[in-house]
Parts: sequence; structure tokens; C-alpha cells
Amino acid sequence: MKIKLLCLVAAFAVSACASDPQTTQISTPTAEPVQPPVSSRVTSVETHTTEPVYVARPGSIEEFSTNAGDRVYFAYDSYTLSAEARATISKQAAWLNSYPRTRILVAGNCDERGTREYNLALGARRSNSLKEYLVNLGVDPSRVTTISYGKERPIDPRSVGAAWSINRNAHTAIVSGAAS
Amino acid sequence: MKLIKIILYPKHLIERCFEYNLFFRPSTYPKIRPQVASASIAVGQVKGTHFLGRWCIATLLLMVWALAVPANASLEIDITRGHLDPTPLAIPNFSGSTDPERLIGEQIASVIRADLERSGLFKILDQASYIEQQRNIDLKPKFAEWRVINADALLAGRVEIENENRIRVDVRLWDVFAETHLFGQQMGTTPENWRRIAHKIADAIYQKLTGESGYFDTRVVFIAESGPKINRVKRLAIMDQDGANPTFLTPGSYTVLTPRFSPTAQQITYLSYSSMVPSVFLFNIETGRQEVLGDFPGMTFAPRFSPDGKKVIMSLVQDGNSDIWVMDLRTRRRARLTSASAIDTSPSFSPDGSKIVFNSDRGGSPQLYIMNADGSNIHRISFNRGRYSAPVWSPRGDLIAFTQQNKGRFHIGVMRPDGSGERILTTAYLDEGPTWSPNGRVLMFTREVRPGGGPRVHSIDLTGSNLRRVETPGDSSDPAWSPLIE
Repeated sequence: MKIKLLCLVAAFAVSACASDPQTTQISTPTAEPVQPPVSSRVTSVETHTTEPVYVARPGSIEEFSTNAGDRVYFAYDSYTLSAEARATISKQAAWLNSYPRTRILVAGNCDERGTREYNLALGARRSNSLKEYLVNLGVDPSRVTTISYGKERPIDPRSVGAAWSINRNAHTAIVSGAAS
Repeated sequence: MKLIKIILYPKHLIERCFEYNLFFRPSTYPKIRPQVASASIAVGQVKGTHFLGRWCIATLLLMVWALAVPANASLEIDITRGHLDPTPLAIPNFSGSTDPERLIGEQIASVIRADLERSGLFKILDQASYIEQQRNIDLKPKFAEWRVINADALLAGRVEIENENRIRVDVRLWDVFAETHLFGQQMGTTPENWRRIAHKIADAIYQKLTGESGYFDTRVVFIAESGPKINRVKRLAIMDQDGANPTFLTPGSYTVLTPRFSPTAQQITYLSYSSMVPSVFLFNIETGRQEVLGDFPGMTFAPRFSPDGKKVIMSLVQDGNSDIWVMDLRTRRRARLTSASAIDTSPSFSPDGSKIVFNSDRGGSPQLYIMNADGSNIHRISFNRGRYSAPVWSPRGDLIAFTQQNKGRFHIGVMRPDGSGERILTTAYLDEGPTWSPNGRVLMFTREVRPGGGPRVHSIDLTGSNLRRVETPGDSSDPAWSPLIE
């Protein structure tokens, strides 16, 4: 893996690594500028690749949330799945189909701009939207439990638009059968 | 039927209560003993009133009041108007012949003053202005000395400790200008139960002067909140209407929401997350027993008792969709009332039990609808701008209180059952979940004054005046008023 990465780095320099957690060795070009000021001579910088500290084990809860994604987001007072949400759920379904012994709990959440009981009903719709999409992609419905927390479990405590967007979600938790 | 028994006050709970400096006590009211009234100078007809039949029958014994009703009370307050000019009352400390008696007398008088003052209908005159000192309350007061300080009415009371288990309280209410005796009452109870005596006297004064029943001898169930917003602890709690005697009923290890008082029994229904499937529970206040209500195939929430206390109406989630169901508490038979592919929740019976108001988004946004108690004849009643939810039918039947969201603000409002006469009473960052006082004159609700400020129970008059915060030991939400403890 290390060698492969180094090759990639050699080919694409810095930009290729933007989303990778590993640090990589960079060889800075040493071509002389036309009229180099003495004080600004370019010297090479060496960095060393370190092994990733931790790699989520395949089939683990962590791997699920990293590779598939454990949360999808909704528009205000909506339980319609966006294209982005559907893409995430497709990855969830693929993962769940790879690990058929796992069971999940899907929780529907709402932002604070609704009354308590209405939001409990809305959260139930959100978790069910996600479940239905998973089932359409071949996940056995008996593996999926749903719950609604309404507006009781915000993940961003602020009362601003960005927080409300994050708090309108359906969260998928692996409750059993995952690798540890 | 699944039963879950809990011990009401495990040790860690008690410690927690002391931490919050709560007055800790059993959650049922002590007994009020029967008492034959002496109304030696009472004029008019004496009414013997029966007591506490249905709901405190196990704990409360019979008590007799003597109500002396004059033919024409000259002092009457119209509580349907706004109250810019509250009625001035003089309420001196109750007299006693020993220091302990005088201490109880001071405490009782101060609770009565606070109750009446908080109603917004009365102004309690400064005790320093009282010219006449307490003497024998059975003698006519010197009315001129009370007229001089502009008191419309005078309440005089006396406390007697009969023995260590029993106090006797005598009160007389006088119309200062007509120089008439408005009523006299005598009550007996245990010494630690003096607060209830005070609330009962305040109710009697309210009734005498407004012509409507009071609401002071009542309790409120609510959710006591603590901890950070992203990991909130929510516990079922109960307190007296004036915020006294707050007591936790659940431990806080699981979330509870939306408690509602039974109109007929010492029972609360609420939503609990204590089991795998969030469900509607019943809580018996006398025994502390919690019981999941029904074996429904999904999450149940938004419970409320029927006016006769025999049924609970609620929402059930099936395949993500919330519909309204009703369950008979005795037979445990359940019936489905709505079946639209829309959110149907927050049902509330009319006081005669014939109709149900509820919240639905079947028209595209949350609005208020009314149906017959069997689910027929569904029609929308909210048509103004905004989103409407959390409707509650007034115990008088004439109005429905609700939460309205409009332009980023929340409001508590009322409208008639036909949707006419809408009035918005409050506005804040978050105002929601109104509950009616048993006489239908005051609303309590949850308010978050500013974002992230933490919710607190507030109250407001039906007239839209007299907004007050109800003092709770910490953050509080989802208040529900008990019926009048008769």
C-alpha cells in the first residue's frame, strides 16, 4: 500500500492526496529560477509517510459509518429522500447485503422548528422513508427497526439554519451482528 | 398487558432532589379531616358540600364546608375582561394564640396572597397599611378602618392547633363597602397540610368574588429538564399549581415526554422511551406503578384522557404513518379513528366527549381538524396563515387552545371550535403545548424566551394579560394541569 501511494504521489503531486489521511513524501522541483535572489533559494522539503493509525475493520460499525455513511438529511418538514440521501442509503444497502447478520435501528430526527408531537410523527416518517428504500434494495425488513425521537435528539445544539439542517436527519445504527 | 413496577424514590433520587433543594414529600396529598363548621354570624343559606369523591377517595376523608351565601353580593369581578384594575384585598396574617399557631397563620395568609395576586384579578394591599389589628375574627371588623386604605374586601383568619396531628382554620371574608359577611369557612387538617388549606381558601375567595370556580388547589405534571441540549435529561415531575412541592416521578435514565393528568383519578398518561418501542404509559401517582398502555404494533405517542377518564386517545405509528386510536382503559379494547396517509396526532376530546380536535398535515401543512368521537365527519377549522398544532379543548368547551408557527415565531392562541374568533395570546422564539386551568381561564405552556435559553413553564390569562413564569427548580416543559381537587 505504501509503495502504491508513493507512486500516486509521484504522478500527481500534492493534489492527489487531498482527501487521504496519510502524509506523503514530496520532492520539490529544484530547477533554478532565472534570477534567484540569494536569500530565497529553494531547498527541498522531505516528509515521511506514516502508516494509518487505525483502519476500520470490514464489517464493523465504524466501517459502516465511514464507507456507507450513517446519516441522511432532509429538507424542512419533509421526509422525501434527496438524491444524496438515496446514494448514501444505496451504500448502506450494499454494506448490509454484504453483512446479512447485522441488524439496524433507524432513528428519525427533526429540527426544533416544530411542536413536539408533530415532530415525533415527522421523525417516524423519516425513519420509515429510509427503511423503505433499504427494503427496495433487497434488505430484509425484519433486520430494520425504526424509531422517532422527534426534536429530542439534536446533534447540533445551536439555533441557526446550519444546525437545523444537520438536525433534520435519519440515523442508521448497527445494533447487532457487526464485527468488533 | 405488560406491567413495570418501579420503586418511587430510590436513594439516588432522593439525593438528587436535595441537590436541587426540593421540598421532598410523598406524592399524594395528606388527609383533610371532616369538620363541622360553625358559622355563628353567617347570614343566608348554609350549604354542606360533599367532597373528594372520585379521585382521592382512598386518601381523603369527608370534609364539610360551610358556605354562607348572601342574597346579593355587591362585590363581583368580571373576569372576562382584561384586568387593568385588580380588586384590592386586605389579607392580614391569620391570628393564633400561640407562636406556632401564628407561624402557620402567617404561612397560610402568604400562600393565599400569592395565589390571588398571581391570578392578576386581585391586588393585595400592603400589610403595613392595615390600621386595625387582628382581634377576634368572629366579631365584625371596623369597616371604616379598611375603607380608609381602599380595601374592597377583607379576609380574616384564625389558626388553632388542636393537637399535634390536627390544625383548625377559620376564615371570614367581608365586603368592606357593603359591610356584609361574604362567607365563613372552617377547615381541619394535619399541620403539614397547611398549604392545601390555603389553596382552598384562595379558591373560595376566587369563586365568591368572580362567580367562577378557582384553580389554586390543583397540581401540574411537567417534564423537568437538565443537562446539555444534545444530551438532555427529561424526567416526569409533579408540583403544586404555584410551583411548590416539586417532585420527580421518573429517574431520568430514560426520556419521558408529554404527560397528561387524568380528569378523574390520580393517574398520568405520558410517552416513555423506557422500552425498545417508545410507548404510551400510565403512571399511578398513589402507588408509583408504571404500566405500558396496550400492546400496540408500533410506537404510540400523544396520549390524552377522555373527559370521563375511561379512555385514552393517542397516535399509533404504522409503516411510518401516524393515525389516531382510542383505547378503553377497562376492557383494553382499541379502535382506530383515522386512516389517512397523513400525519394525524395530538388528539383532544371536547369536554362532553362527543368530538375530537387533532393535528393533521392532510392538507399539505399541519392544521387543526375536528371529527366526531367515532372518527366521522372530519373537517378543518384552522384557516389563517401559519402552521397549527398541539390543540387542546377548553374544559368549558367554548374554545380550543393551540400552538401557531408563523414567520419564524411560535404563538399560543385560542379559537372557537368552528374556527372563528381566533386570538393569538403570546409570542416567543418557542411557545408550545398549552394546557388549560380547570376553570378554563388560564393557560400554561412551554416557553423558550430566546434560542438555547432553555424552556420554562409559563402561564397567561385567557384575556392575553398576566404573563408569568411558573417557578420550577430547573428547566421545565410540557405542563399539564390537574382537575380541581374537589
